Amino acid sequence: MNARRVRAIAFKEALQVWRDPRSLAVALLMPFMQLILLGYGVSLDIKHVPLCVYDQEMSQQSRTVVDGFLSSGWFSLARALPNEAAIRTAMNRDQCSAVLVIPADFSRRLAMTGRATVQGIFDATDVNTTNIAMGYAEGATARLASEFESKYAAAHGVEPSAVGSVDLEPSTWFNETLDSRNFIIPGVVAVILALVGAQLTSLTISREWERGTMEQLISTPVTTLELMAGKLIPYFAIGLIDAAFCLGAAIFWFKVPFRGDLFTLFVTTALFILVVLGFGYLISVRVRSQLGASQIALLVTLLPTTLLSGYTFPIDQMPAPIRAISLVVYARYYVSILRGLFLKGSGLAGLAVPFAGLCVSALVILWLAARAFHKRLD
Amino acid sequence: MSSGTPAVVVDRLTKRFDEFTAVDGITLTIGRGEVVGFIGPNGAGKSTTLRMLCGLLTPTAGQATVAGYDVAREPEKVRQNIGYMSQKFSLYGDLTVRENLRFFAGIYRVRREDLGSRMDFAIRMAGLEGREDVQVTTLAGGWKQRLALGCAILHRPPILFLDEPTSGVEPEARRRFWDLIHDLAADGVTILVSTHYMDEAEYCNRIALINQGRLIALGTPRELKGSRLGGQLVEIACAPLGKALARMSAAPGVLDAAIFGDKLHVVMAEGGLDLAGLRQALADGGIQVGEARAVRPSLEDVFVRIVTRKQDAPGAAA
Ligand SMILES: Nc1ncnc2c1ncn2[C@@H]1O[C@H](COP(=O)(O)OP(=O)(O)O)[C@@H](O)[C@H]1O
Ligand SMILES: [Mg+2]
Repeated sequence: MNARRVRAIAFKEALQVWRDPRSLAVALLMPFMQLILLGYGVSLDIKHVPLCVYDQEMSQQSRTVVDGFLSSGWFSLARALPNEAAIRTAMNRDQCSAVLVIPADFSRRLAMTGRATVQGIFDATDVNTTNIAMGYAEGATARLASEFESKYAAAHGVEPSAVGSVDLEPSTWFNETLDSRNFIIPGVVAVILALVGAQLTSLTISREWERGTMEQLISTPVTTLELMAGKLIPYFAIGLIDAAFCLGAAIFWFKVPFRGDLFTLFVTTALFILVVLGFGYLISVRVRSQLGASQIALLVTLLPTTLLSGYTFPIDQMPAPIRAISLVVYARYYVSILRGLFLKGSGLAGLAVPFAGLCVSALVILWLAARAFHKRLD
Repeated sequence: MSSGTPAVVVDRLTKRFDEFTAVDGITLTIGRGEVVGFIGPNGAGKSTTLRMLCGLLTPTAGQATVAGYDVAREPEKVRQNIGYMSQKFSLYGDLTVRENLRFFAGIYRVRREDLGSRMDFAIRMAGLEGREDVQVTTLAGGWKQRLALGCAILHRPPILFLDEPTSGVEPEARRRFWDLIHDLAADGVTILVSTHYMDEAEYCNRIALINQGRLIALGTPRELKGSRLGGQLVEIACAPLGKALARMSAAPGVLDAAIFGDKLHVVMAEGGLDLAGLRQALADGGIQVGEARAVRPSLEDVFVRIVTRKQDAPGAAA
């Protein structure tokens, strides 16, 4: 690897990005727009999610549950439903985005075992809203759970801690206030960096093929590693700028509390950027048109990253096969790291597992990217 | 490259794309400092051959060495010894003249103390003094091509492969380009240059005629024009041309007939028809005949003659 050649390529690439409106837009405008879209999409609220209630029990206890949901301010009562069939009708007619079903034996189970479940049905047409509503419902049930728990403990004369979980719902594992914004914004940052990073480099090799400059370039003694390094360096700098922008916006604009340390944030972010750039580069090597490469980059990062990174859908609630697939969705590691850093203030040691995942992703992707390119036309 | 070895040795080089044979067993040796013209119509296989010589395409069969290195096994060694201009313009249009030169100088690791003088030389050679900071995309064809040549020789390669460097360039700029090629050759650079302009063959030390992937003739322009026709060339002004061509092709003693612009070129065997007989034969067919005279063959005549002879007698040696 010759530093002179790497520098020549990096410099050339930087000039080209600087002079290409499309690349500049992807580099600087896209993160901003996505931040507004995704960041505000989730936090411009979405209070008072319309809720229908089908209370099969109609007891004191069940009313407490309904009140618990409504008093949270997250839900407002749309209708009380008389029977099972009414659920479908209400959903079909868009009368509500969520239905709370309280089973007929709710109080009995609660009294006997200290455990009971309520059912939540969500209109999944709007994935984003659904996720937030699900988060809200989890929060509401978690509050109720602890209420019932102390009551049960008092009634049975046991210490609350000895009762075990009165799990109306598995207690949520993120911030206590259940502020969906705090939970989702770090995920949004990860998603944006994954999208933008792959977009940036997806153009870099395909541009040379499309403009016919590649044939000249590969007739020179430049090595594939020098080419990759030279091409990634300017985008790495852009990626760091984008990351600083997104993380800064998360902390100062969206006011998500940051409890971790900056060093860990920097190291993991740099590593993640390397992974996403490497991935875009890999696509660029494989697809020889710029349009094709950028569309494929969008397709293969957008869906897996939004669906399987845990950014909105908790991974541990996915079916096992999907969970297995999510292992290769490298954004999930950065999502966990960011959540750990923001919400829990974890250090590198506490983030060992996702950090290892990120390291492995980086190794695999950069190895594949380095091997993918051949200085040949056939 | 030791001084004794030829710059380029091509041995039965073949390239197939699926079933289609683009280059069919070409054999050729190029000495150091020679300018060899690779001449043939579009689709003849010129670019494919040059790409194999640059190590960009893998030969299907046969082999080639460039500067003593096998193109299939040691492509990187080959690339250190060559400069290449691909057929499609391939500098960075969104970069300036100087930025392009600096980029390739960096890629070729031109020594820093040489950088200034090499870049100045390339700029002067391309005639781009004063336009160093102009984006390349705004330059006209001739300048672009000369700049591309400048980029390809920044590292002083002993061997140059130029793929149709003059195509789409106005005649005056073409001539200037060939002057540059000869300057380089005078410095001992070996040059293999492809073109589909037959008239450019005259600029080459030797020419390799190539058609449908095969090398059909190889020699100096003089040799080819002198020996390859096998008869006397006659140029006839006549009309209608199509009818005349059909009549001449069938006439006794006519080796070959072809349309050249608005005239008919006919190759007549020794001892066949004379000029008068020829005119008569045409007139008998109801064809208006104007001037008819013996002419010196051009390379184009030779090319057409060889191609037709090959088609008439498949398997005949080149
Ligand atoms: N990558 C390829 N795949 C299939 N056919 C090709 C490829 N490259 C060239 N050819 C075919 O090979 C023939 C020779 O092409 P080429 O070497 O470009 O000719 P020339 O440079 O003499 O015009 C043409 O018929 C062309 O269509
Ligand atoms: Mg060609």
